[in-house]
Amino acid sequence: MLEIKNLHAGIDGKEILKGLDLKIEAGEVHAIMGPNGSGKSTLANVLAGRPHYHVTSGTVTYEGKDLLALPAEERAREGVFLAMQYPVEIPGVNNIYFLKAAYNAMRKHRGEEELDAVEFLQLVREKMKVVELDESFMNRGVNEGFSGGEKKRNEIFQMAVLDPKLAVLDETDSGLDIDALRIVAEGVNALRSEKHAVLVITHYQRLLRYLIPDFVHVLANGRIVKSGGKELAEELEQKGYDWIEQVA
Amino acid sequence: MKVAVETDVLQRIREQAAQRFEQLGWPTPRLEEWRYTNLAPVTRVEWKRADAPVIGDPGLTYRTRALAELVFVNGVFSSELSDVATGFSPSRDRLKPVLQVTTLRNASAETLEQHFARYADYETHAMVALNTANAQDGAVIEVDDAREGFIHLLFVGTDGFASHPRNLIIAGRASQLTVVETYIGSGTYFTNAVTEIVAGDGAVVDHIKLQCESIGAFHVGTVQVHQERASSVTQRCISIGAAIARTDVNVALTGEGASLTLDGLFAGTGTQHLDNHTVVDHVKPHCESIELYKGVLDEAARGIFDGRVIVREGAQKTVSRQENHNLLLSATAVVDSKPTLEILNDDVKCNHGSTIGQLDEGAMFYLRSRGIGEDEARGLLIYAFASEIADRIKVEPVREQIRRTLFQSMPDRLPERRGGAQ
Repeated sequence: MLEIKNLHAGIDGKEILKGLDLKIEAGEVHAIMGPNGSGKSTLANVLAGRPHYHVTSGTVTYEGKDLLALPAEERAREGVFLAMQYPVEIPGVNNIYFLKAAYNAMRKHRGEEELDAVEFLQLVREKMKVVELDESFMNRGVNEGFSGGEKKRNEIFQMAVLDPKLAVLDETDSGLDIDALRIVAEGVNALRSEKHAVLVITHYQRLLRYLIPDFVHVLANGRIVKSGGKELAEELEQKGYDWIEQVA
Repeated sequence: MKVAVETDVLQRIREQAAQRFEQLGWPTPRLEEWRYTNLAPVTRVEWKRADAPVIGDPGLTYRTRALAELVFVNGVFSSELSDVATGFSPSRDRLKPVLQVTTLRNASAETLEQHFARYADYETHAMVALNTANAQDGAVIEVDDAREGFIHLLFVGTDGFASHPRNLIIAGRASQLTVVETYIGSGTYFTNAVTEIVAGDGAVVDHIKLQCESIGAFHVGTVQVHQERASSVTQRCISIGAAIARTDVNVALTGEGASLTLDGLFAGTGTQHLDNHTVVDHVKPHCESIELYKGVLDEAARGIFDGRVIVREGAQKTVSRQENHNLLLSATAVVDSKPTLEILNDDVKCNHGSTIGQLDEGAMFYLRSRGIGEDEARGLLIYAFASEIADRIKVEPVREQIRRTLFQSMPDRLPERRGGAQ
């Protein structure tokens, strides 16, 4: 589904990813772990197409397409979703209106008919149960006045509604208590199928207790320095990132 | 005989104002108050003056939902297009109706004598003097009790004409009233409007002005508010039309415990020039004024916010907040923001602030990362910025009308203008 080859990328003229390789197949859940500054968020942002990030070399192929050539909205419509580390508040843009616009943009892209308000509301109600968000949240501005945990749950909720093929979670677990962590994990687990792939980017191993990855990669200094199964996460937690930096 | 007296009152003041305008002349950018706005294009035209309404369909009406609707075409009252025969009910003393809606020409001499030109200052403000000298007609509204619903005043301009609408709104003790003024039209014309509002003791007045003139028109307008003890006034000014528009909203808080909400929105594109001045004068103690003006400027449009808050020596315990936030959508759009506080005593709580910014990149990316196209995302964010003001309008049909107008004038038009695909 996704193949990243020798990716060099950065921001503000500074190279952060220095030759990253990663291959993700449909049906797989991958975790990328790494210390601060290793390039985790840069990878997430480059995949989602955030402006100001620049790719200096390498390729990212998604379902046979050159992902880097697509504008952010096209990537989303093709099924790439980024759960953001810092979801922004957008006062004045109603949550439900926003989500409906997003959902219908994707349907339109796939040549499907747009859902009307009633059908959409049905879908939303169903998905809200998963993330345990109150319905009153829907009529507020996007993330407006949400607590940190609510914002993260809103990301997972959007993911559940938009049903992406490839979901990238950028430190969605940071700052979450156990309950919220469990909800996030449930959201991701609900998405698991042979058609979907998930890339979980995290600093800690905590989330991976609820969300068992198929593969764990360690990112250090802009490259993947070690890959393995779920046991690698535990090893990392015990030995710390210093161990990796020594290995690398 | 009554008519003769009225004519006398109006005539006397008109003559004084005309003399004063002779002395003052047209304002020029040499005056500090007019430094951003040059009315030369207005002064160069030989405007026609209407003596009878000339068009059939005003194009916008709330007739079925308003208590009364008065339509003026090029400043001339059109009884055909208007509906004033609603909203009357007997007052407690059964002598006088609770709500009286009439026109300047038909207003009682008593009312005019007491209120006409008593608040808007034609001695120092040339455009008020010009209006006063030329005031042909306008609405005169008196309310003596709480009335739900709203009165709509519609001013329609057509190509080549100048008009000087003059309105007087008198809200008596403990009364309540909502008045909506809408300015629309077609072609190049000149509107110079003045509305005087008196809010008596404990009166609650909601006044909305929608300046939606034709894109070739010139609009100058003054809203002069006089607030007495414990009165509560909300004045919202939405300015999205006209080639050159200048709006002054002046409020005097002359009674203790009065409260004021001033909202404004100016949104311009092309080469529109939208100048907004407000003056809030805290004369008495324990008054509160909350002001929020927002500007959205695209292409080569220019917006100005000049807001003065004066807290006089005797106005202790004043609470005043003034904010102006502006969104610039292009490199050639300009906004000048000039909030000023003049505080003459030290027992007050006042703050003011002003921001000028572009669309938030983080928000743009957030929307796009969910599949929403760039143009639509941009439109959504602009609308979100502007709608804060529209959303606070309590009169539902008017709020919806303004939302629609905003939606049409901004986000929907943007993709089109940019040749975008969404």
